[in-house]
Amino acid sequence: MYRSHVLVCGGTGCTSSGSAQIIDTLEKELKRNGLENEIKVIKTGCFGLCALGPIMVVYPEGAFYSMVRPEDIPEIVSEHLLKGRIVTRLLYQETVESDTIKSLNHTDFYRKQMRVALKNCGVIDPENINEYIAYDGYQALGKVLTEMTPAEVIEEIKKSGLRGRGGAGFPTGLKWSFAAKYEDDQKYVCCNADEGDPGAFMDRSILEGDPNVVIEAMAIAGYAIGASQGYVYIRAEYPIAVKRLTIAINEAREMGFLGKDIFGTGFNFDLDIRLGAGAFVCGEETALMTSIEGHRGEPRPRPPFPAEKGLFQKPSVLNNVETYANIPQIILKGADWFNQIGTEKSKGTKVFALGGKINNTGLVEVPMGTTLRTIVEEIGGGIPGGKKFKAAQTGGPSGGCIPAEHLDVPIDYDNLLAIGSMMGSGGLIVMDEDTCMVDIAKFFLEFTVDESCGKCTPCRIGTKRMYEILDKISKGKAHVEDLERLDKLAQYIKDNALCGLGQTAPNPVLSTIRYFRDEYMAHIVDKRCPAGVCKELMNYYIDESKCKGCTLCARNCPVGAISGNIKEPHIIDRSKCIKCGACMEKCKFGAIEKH
Amino acid sequence: MEMVNIKINGIPLSVPKGSTILEAARQAGIEIPTLCYLRDVNEIGACRICVVEVKGARSLVASCVYPVNEGMEVFTNTARVQESRRMTLELILSNHEKNCLFCVRSGNCELQKLAQEYGLNDPMAWAGEMNHYETDNSAVHMWRNNNKCILCRRCSAVCAKNQAVGVIGANDRGFATHIGCAFELDLAQTPCVSCGQCIAVCPVGAIGEKDDGPKVTAALRDPEKFVAVQAAPSIRATLGEEFGLPVGTNVEGKMVAALRRLGFDKVFDTDFGADLTIMEEANELVERVKNGGKLPMITSCSPGWINFCEMYYPDMLENLSSCKSPQQMFGAVLKTFYAKKENLDPKNIVSVSVMPCTAKKYEIGRDDQSAAGLPDLDITITTRELARLIRAAGIDFASLPDEEFDTPLGIASGAGHIFGATGGVMEAALRTAYETLTGEKAASLEWKEVRGTEGVKEASYKVGDLTVNVAVASGLSNARKVLDAVKSGEKDYTFIEIMACPGGCVNGGGQPIQPASVRNFVDLKALRAKALYEEDAGMDLRKSHENPAIKELYDKFLEKPGSHIAHEVLHTSYKARKRYTI
Repeated sequence: MYRSHVLVCGGTGCTSSGSAQIIDTLEKELKRNGLENEIKVIKTGCFGLCALGPIMVVYPEGAFYSMVRPEDIPEIVSEHLLKGRIVTRLLYQETVESDTIKSLNHTDFYRKQMRVALKNCGVIDPENINEYIAYDGYQALGKVLTEMTPAEVIEEIKKSGLRGRGGAGFPTGLKWSFAAKYEDDQKYVCCNADEGDPGAFMDRSILEGDPNVVIEAMAIAGYAIGASQGYVYIRAEYPIAVKRLTIAINEAREMGFLGKDIFGTGFNFDLDIRLGAGAFVCGEETALMTSIEGHRGEPRPRPPFPAEKGLFQKPSVLNNVETYANIPQIILKGADWFNQIGTEKSKGTKVFALGGKINNTGLVEVPMGTTLRTIVEEIGGGIPGGKKFKAAQTGGPSGGCIPAEHLDVPIDYDNLLAIGSMMGSGGLIVMDEDTCMVDIAKFFLEFTVDESCGKCTPCRIGTKRMYEILDKISKGKAHVEDLERLDKLAQYIKDNALCGLGQTAPNPVLSTIRYFRDEYMAHIVDKRCPAGVCKELMNYYIDESKCKGCTLCARNCPVGAISGNIKEPHIIDRSKCIKCGACMEKCKFGAIEKH
Repeated sequence: MEMVNIKINGIPLSVPKGSTILEAARQAGIEIPTLCYLRDVNEIGACRICVVEVKGARSLVASCVYPVNEGMEVFTNTARVQESRRMTLELILSNHEKNCLFCVRSGNCELQKLAQEYGLNDPMAWAGEMNHYETDNSAVHMWRNNNKCILCRRCSAVCAKNQAVGVIGANDRGFATHIGCAFELDLAQTPCVSCGQCIAVCPVGAIGEKDDGPKVTAALRDPEKFVAVQAAPSIRATLGEEFGLPVGTNVEGKMVAALRRLGFDKVFDTDFGADLTIMEEANELVERVKNGGKLPMITSCSPGWINFCEMYYPDMLENLSSCKSPQQMFGAVLKTFYAKKENLDPKNIVSVSVMPCTAKKYEIGRDDQSAAGLPDLDITITTRELARLIRAAGIDFASLPDEEFDTPLGIASGAGHIFGATGGVMEAALRTAYETLTGEKAASLEWKEVRGTEGVKEASYKVGDLTVNVAVASGLSNARKVLDAVKSGEKDYTFIEIMACPGGCVNGGGQPIQPASVRNFVDLKALRAKALYEEDAGMDLRKSHENPAIKELYDKFLEKPGSHIAHEVLHTSYKARKRYTI
């Protein structure tokens, strides 16, 4: 027995901010103090508060240390672990109260969250299957294999109201029932771990923090549809997830949760990993299957749908990581538990990757129907620097921008669609008043143009032409008709592209035109970027009344564009200025403006 | 057959279950444009020109791959559909080298035709960045110009699927997507077999054969040269298509007249070479059977197949017949026996062939193909190149009289004619081998089991006390099936005919280009082959060994099939080749 457990986040975020070194230092320090048999160090998955990494939690006190540096470790060991005195200065300040510490669950960040898919993330050691088992792991698989028929499993999932968490929100139980219907000598269960939306990392975190939940859910899906083989298609850029999933698969095989005759029921199911090379389009279900088959990852026309002819032309089911992460709990706690959570048509919770102009960058899981305002202002801790909220982007390159007027819309699949965005995989990028919406549309479209597989004409050439028009707008070279052309192309691509990714590629443009048309017009008509982002449309000026003639700006200008005599107002030569902003940064008198 | 009831543009229809909307619409007399779709070969729904509106569907659907179902209502001509197709065309053209005046496919271009049909009138529509590529001129038989490519992928599909070669495919992605070889190698560095099927399926002018027409013109203009031409069996069955005649029209007489008007000194028939090939090949087969030689023996007429064998099945080179192809045998005889007979200096002879085949352009440069110490063949042109020469000479093909080939090298049997279709070589060989081996006439001259357009055909024949198991494959993916079955020991054949192109030479890579709108609904290879079988059926002379010109050739020059001199003139050798030369 250990008297204390130290949980250190081993997710990608904290790993990149040095958590491996923290663990290393911690273990050495414990040994130096002879505590290695009293205190157990556990590397877990993501806690969600990535902005504050590396994160370390000490139990039983529940002390939540954030932004821990290796040089802090001796103090934590000698003060907290040896003497029992919590190192208050290193705590997540939200948890600090005058005489005690607040439970994490009572902090703004966690209070309104509900952890279902992320249940075990940040709690268990993902590289030890026994910890998963200790948290009810593989009980759901045992239950379906010994107490339920495949039809009952599908019925339970249908009843739960679970919808696909990968983007489109197709009812999972219905999907399974289609694949179950087709008879074949071989069927497949696939997992989409090719998370590709810019800013989305919930699937990675689940695989890093709780890989066994995906394995268990896939085995359950295999039983439900009659498949004996599964594939997890995961991008090679997720090395930690790949490693932990590999360990988990091997452990599950050793324990008999995968392989032949699972639990002695005669059910066979095995799982293999296929690495993707990072093409965004391979997250599209038919492209993903084409890639697993060893071909160039390109979508194929549907019908036939994968439920009938999927991987290797066999009936197949594909779900995303987060979808699977809900399955075992639905089985164990029942569909009625799950369908109490959420809204009428969107049940359960949704994990969002909070990013952009937000204080608490990280991973949050909230019940469906939570408002954007709650996520941004309460859980996310608002916008840094006291800036104003301008919009939130959801759904990645397939989604749209939600303006402030919709901050109070309860977030679910249908509401997001109605306001011109979509759930997508759950990336949520917050933008403040300094964000130019034309620039944002251009950013997403550049991504789509770059990631288009090039198979169909609308996406291959159409998105490129859209990008070219946006580029013209951002440079003040467009005419009013270009906005109509942009809209015409966008509608055409939505209607004509081969796959879902192509069809939704114009969404970021359409939604920004819908809500921020004035900003487009400012670029087109006034040749002005209101947010001061589009370089070509912006100039730096020195306010003569404020300039003291200190020469600091002139000395810091990399191209010698600023001139003036000492103690006299300076001026910027616009023909030389490269708009780098160095002058504005250096000026102590706020005399330099850009507009 | 299970039928479903649908409506297209309000017209009620009953169509077979499993049909695509495209097929169903055709039944209702509604033509839907296509670009990427090629039935059975390229069904990828990529170009989006065939989109239609289906009631209840969120977006437009690609009719080429979308199956009909009961109660479906389809609209092919709404404003939404029309405008979408128009934009698709405009977008394609916005990244297309639009120098149609100088394009080999002008007038026979599927994109040009659609641009006209949809009344496109703004050359700058959606103008923006364009891709620029170097033309790949590395291969001896063809060029590839990606600046015209519309990425329909018909070429790469036919290469991979029909031919099991797959040396071209999509590289890069998004706007930079282009057709290329692995690692952007030149085509000549890859195991391309030169079959030219990619050319025949390209809807635009992105791929074409190397035009050797100017070489022919130069030779014809040189008064010092004796220019003789031979025309392959299948040319007479296809050349008419270039001049608007229905597919499958036999234009042998007009073809001879046209060649003569172009100024060739002699107009001969490759079918004579085919008869000669049968004499040698039937003899070789009999020898191998009698003397325990390497079996199964495999035909060697198709140079695309020879390339394939040398690069992909080098361990089966010994199974190849050592016979040169009919073209090369003909050329060899022209510069040896015929030159001597007519007192011509072989150096002054320009030997020209008209072939259904681009691989022939590779074949004429092969080693061990120079019986007279000079190349057996000097210039080979395809059916398409011949048609261009005829047009350039102002010859009104359709109103030409029928003329006869020159003798003696223009005399051929029906067996020689059917060489142009899959199974034809096998049947011709069987007609002769049967009589050689048994000394008796076969009950029928028609060996129907080896006829038809199926990719693989098998038959077993009693020849005397011998059981001869034969297989016929056309299209190299089918060749692969047969060869793999032989290698694994699953099949035991005596004799195999392989032609590189699906359906044989009538569907060769050098044949007239028919648009997908025809290819998708008409079996070109069957119609063209029919013309050859009909010609054979109407002849008295139907066996190669009865061809009097062949008999004379052996009497006066070659002694007997398989003789020493026959080997020197008519046989060749093969060698294993590396697939990639990097």
